[in-house]
Amino acid sequence: MTVKITIGAINKEHGSSKKYKTGGWRSVCPVVDLEKCISCYKCYDYCPDAAIKKIEDGIEYDLDYCKGCGICAAECPVKAIVMVKEEK
Amino acid sequence: MGEQKSMTIKGNMATAMGAKLCRPNVVPAYPITPSTLFPEKMSEFIADGELDASMINVESEHSAMSACIGASATGARVVTASASQGVALMHEMLFIASGMRLPIVMAVGNRALSAPINIWCDHQDTIASRDSGCLQFYAENNQEGLDLMINAFRIGEDERVLLPVIVGIDAFVLTHTIEGVKVPAQEDVDDFLPPYKPKHGTLDHRDPATFGSFAPPEYYQEFKFEQTKAMEDSRDVIDEIFADYANRFGRDYKKVSTYACEDADVILLTMGSMTGTAREAVKKMREEGKKVGLAKLTVYRPFPMPELKDILSSAKGVAVIERNISPGSTGAVYAELAGTFVNEKKRPLLKNFITGLGGRDTLVDTFEEIYDKTIEVIENGEVKVLVEWIAMNEEVMR
Repeated sequence: MTVKITIGAINKEHGSSKKYKTGGWRSVCPVVDLEKCISCYKCYDYCPDAAIKKIEDGIEYDLDYCKGCGICAAECPVKAIVMVKEEK
Repeated sequence: MGEQKSMTIKGNMATAMGAKLCRPNVVPAYPITPSTLFPEKMSEFIADGELDASMINVESEHSAMSACIGASATGARVVTASASQGVALMHEMLFIASGMRLPIVMAVGNRALSAPINIWCDHQDTIASRDSGCLQFYAENNQEGLDLMINAFRIGEDERVLLPVIVGIDAFVLTHTIEGVKVPAQEDVDDFLPPYKPKHGTLDHRDPATFGSFAPPEYYQEFKFEQTKAMEDSRDVIDEIFADYANRFGRDYKKVSTYACEDADVILLTMGSMTGTAREAVKKMREEGKKVGLAKLTVYRPFPMPELKDILSSAKGVAVIERNISPGSTGAVYAELAGTFVNEKKRPLLKNFITGLGGRDTLVDTFEEIYDKTIEVIENGEVKVLVEWIAMNEEVMR
């Protein structure tokens, strides 16, 4: 996504921060084992980037915005989430 | 053209009169010695119905510049004043003002920075803000203070520039000294300075936008390039607008103005109020047959490299006399002047003199001593001591 710069960095497009996919900052990626997941959604509550979506019987990651901080894995009470090194 | 009224006023009053003639809409300010009279006067103009503007009393200089930024983003014409610690406290906001391309004008009563605490004349406060992206003008007298304020709005608001402008007047020597000043008529200033109507967008709740928005590594450098280009482009704009001002009001400003430089072996380079005394010293030395001239730096940002090259290259030695010091290096002007000449084949020897710090008087004797020391450099053909402190009070030295 490329936009042209403006005088004074004025941006008239609303909600355009969505276009900046911060997932590119990630070096480790969360992987959830839905067999172990108890759908407590603690990870959903703790995710600082709103990169976790609730689905029926578990969760799903929006990797466009997950920075790989690992808070979800640390908070998961049943250790259903592991952080895996990402090769790019 | 209307008549220019003669008034005998203090420097702060001169910058305030200059500002008032530009019809600012918003005046956010926090008083600090020696600039306090500026917000006082602006407040009086508003209370007396002479100026239709909003005065914002803030709790700090950081807030003053923040309020300037918010107000200027709406498209208002904004003016403030500060000095010393106040300029230091608003330091980060100055970068934001310039990055957001807001032509705020600020009068600074140039004063020393603590510690030790000192309220007197010194250029360290605005020199410490030299990289903030604001244009910087320095006045020699109160007339220049008034005129440069009016020019500052027109230059800063020019579509080719859109940057904040600082106008420095020396603490006490100008801020609190009463001098004769010619004040242009309101209708002539109105004619010189059109209303500020930014085309690139204004802060407006009916048309919401983000200002100074996030710029990741793919974008930031391009923003800074454009901002720097605006500062570069201001060089021609300054010449153009100074010339227009001269035509209309009869006072001709130059980025660097000269006195007796044509055949001079030694040129003294000064900034601000010390120039008046330096001119007297040069006059006296010329009568004694000494080939000495004087160059005054009115515009410090953008740094007038081409003009300084033209004026100084024919001299044998240049004495750069400064009311600031970058500890561990030289005075700010010296380093930049050395940079200006570094690739030139024909260049004068450059020697840096630090004096006048914290309100130390710069006397005719001081400039004569500086001349003698510069002649010594020329005779030796080399600058053994790059930075020399002049007019030291030996009695108090440990």
